Amino acid sequence: MEDMNLIVAPSPHLRDSDTTEKIMFSVLISLLPVIGASFYFFGWDAVRLILLSSATAIITEYAFQYIRKIPIQIGDGSALLTGVLLALCVPPSLPSWMVIIGSAFAIGIGKQVFGGLGHNPFNPALVGRAFLTASFAAAMTTWTAPFDAVTTATPLVLGAARSSLPDLFFGSVAGSLGETSALAILIGGIYLFYKGVLDHRITVGVLGTVVIMALLTGQDPIFHLLAGSVLFGAVFMATDMVTSPITKGGRWIFGMGIGLIIMLIRIWGSYPDGVTFAILLMNAVTPLLNRWTRPRIYGQGVKVSE
Amino acid sequence: MRRVKSSFGGFFPNDAKKRTAQTPIEILKAPETLVVSLSQHAGKQAKPVVAKGDEVLKGQLIAEADGAISAPIHSPVSGTIKAIEPRIHPSGDSIPAIVIENDGEEKWIELEQHLEPVQLDASTIREKIRDAGVVGMGGGGFPTALKLEPPEGITIDFLIINGCECEPYLTADDRIMIEYAKEIILGARLMAKASGARQIVFAIEDNKPEAINAIKAEAGALDVVVLPSKYPMGGERQLIQAITGREVPSGGLPYDAGVIVNNVGTAYAVAKAVRDGQPFISRVITVSGDPLVESKNFFAPIGTPFQYLIESAGGFKETPGKIVAGGPMMGSAQFDLDSSMGKTCTGLLALAKGESATPNVLPCIKCARCVDVCPANLLPLKLEAFGMNEMWNEAYDYGALDCIECGSCNYVCPSKRPLLQYIRFAKREIIAEQAKSS
Ligand code: SF4
Ligand code: SF4
Repeated sequence: MEDMNLIVAPSPHLRDSDTTEKIMFSVLISLLPVIGASFYFFGWDAVRLILLSSATAIITEYAFQYIRKIPIQIGDGSALLTGVLLALCVPPSLPSWMVIIGSAFAIGIGKQVFGGLGHNPFNPALVGRAFLTASFAAAMTTWTAPFDAVTTATPLVLGAARSSLPDLFFGSVAGSLGETSALAILIGGIYLFYKGVLDHRITVGVLGTVVIMALLTGQDPIFHLLAGSVLFGAVFMATDMVTSPITKGGRWIFGMGIGLIIMLIRIWGSYPDGVTFAILLMNAVTPLLNRWTRPRIYGQGVKVSE
Repeated sequence: MRRVKSSFGGFFPNDAKKRTAQTPIEILKAPETLVVSLSQHAGKQAKPVVAKGDEVLKGQLIAEADGAISAPIHSPVSGTIKAIEPRIHPSGDSIPAIVIENDGEEKWIELEQHLEPVQLDASTIREKIRDAGVVGMGGGGFPTALKLEPPEGITIDFLIINGCECEPYLTADDRIMIEYAKEIILGARLMAKASGARQIVFAIEDNKPEAINAIKAEAGALDVVVLPSKYPMGGERQLIQAITGREVPSGGLPYDAGVIVNNVGTAYAVAKAVRDGQPFISRVITVSGDPLVESKNFFAPIGTPFQYLIESAGGFKETPGKIVAGGPMMGSAQFDLDSSMGKTCTGLLALAKGESATPNVLPCIKCARCVDVCPANLLPLKLEAFGMNEMWNEAYDYGALDCIECGSCNYVCPSKRPLLQYIRFAKREIIAEQAKSS
């Protein structure tokens, strides 16, 4: 046998075919219905915001990696995903330069300063959104009605009595680009769950707690699920792997904590929605949750034979 | 027959077993030269009792057990001792081996047979198993006779006969159950008698229906349990948990849970040793992989060179990327084909170039798939980070020593991180540290 140039490496010698890139792209695919709905309801504004936000995210990621002289990894899809997610949670009328700043902030401050992919404690898209909300409060709360771009109030401001549930479900209401259509979000969520990318504990934890809190405080639970960012947040934002707990118990608590904080803010707080801050707050306690919910190791705490 | 579920994460490997699951075991003609390593078992190397130039018979003792944990070795053929010298071991180390030239005459030593072996008393059975050099064939290589002698004061409630061959590719256990069920049942009864075990349980994964039927047909009233074909179902600790609901205490042995686990191949070897008086000189090995012309199950003499096994499978039709001794999850990659088969060698695999390529590593995205899959309930991503940053106390605290090195975490990681490598590193450091301080 001539020299076969065999590869010698430690076991295991087999690898699953799923990759981090594929995970990122399956989240992007799951967002297609939402992107479609945003275009349907808000027209070219959707295209403008999504393209600008994604392009900025990728360029910012590239710039940071170039300056830090580390391998360029924009191909992993994570920056693109952050860009798209940010665009989908801003108002359709947001000026172009604002979304560009927001997206650059999301990648630069939300992700790269912590060391890039996998190292950021907070969901970068939500860091971008929070930054925009804090800096440009007026533009970030100017909502336009679907189809005709007339300034109007969101269902959360109008209240349950003056909103139509079918409109909320299909998305024909004022709101952030990608957050109005519950149907589109659900389709994406089911796809992600089926792909093994979405952890149901987080999503169910958020939604279940919102429903229970609504019932306890005598409000309409369906309205609270469908209005504002709850569904989008529970499906696409809270489930971000990097910033949510790694233990099953931790994920339940994480989801329930988000649901609880959303409802506290909605009922007693000064913001009408509160999803962004609820998720960012729970991102902050994720390391603690991981520590508190460490699973019992096989064989530990077991007594030696009877 | 009953079915049980498993309580650990694990994963369902894609089915590489198909290549050889239907291939009957072929008795391999012994090669001209055999290289019989002195280290084919857990514990100390055996001590040669022959010298260069000696004539030996098939089954003759050529190396004796050295110390309490060791096992004797017998000549797999009749012939002449050509050398006793260091040779490449499947682990990659250079270890003394006895090189035998086969005279092709298959002249056996005189064998002492017992037609009613179950009538023998426990210590006689153990003695015969010990003298035949039987060791655990699932990979560990622990001397079987020792395993069957539980420490004072411990009663064995279950003897589990492990037919959960969970490593992808391997079908040696599957085939031996199908073709030699009778011997396996006898071996199980003998081991139960030798160890005083109260109950025998056969554990077989549900992807081996033929083996389940074969064992059931011979098992009579013995318990046959069917388990999900999940990796690492055949792990001793996982099997004990699934079947008895008990856990082996951290740092303990199966005894501590009142259980002994033995592989089906070992049961076969025990039957041959006690009933037929035959020492352990051959075993079933799966030789498989896409680069091979044919994939096969062989009954091959110990000491058969890997090169000969590959040639017996028709050789390569394409250049392989990797050669693995053992299963693809826990086996060891070979530099070349210069090593030879030992008592614990379950398989010899040729992996295609594409399958062997070292993947591109990305940062951990905290997807927790490694956490979900870990049968020991560890947080592999944390252990990897502790290992990488040389944080030994934290690694210990997070249970590094409880890792069974199954490689599941590495397998599932979408970022292709070398988790197990760093966990092994941490384990080694912790054990070295403990040895120093004690
Ligand atoms: S190799 Fe160790 S840490 Fe990884 S899954 Fe197996 S037991 Fe868990
Ligand atoms: S499977 Fe890999 S990427 Fe996922 S948490 Fe574990 S180490 Fe990180």
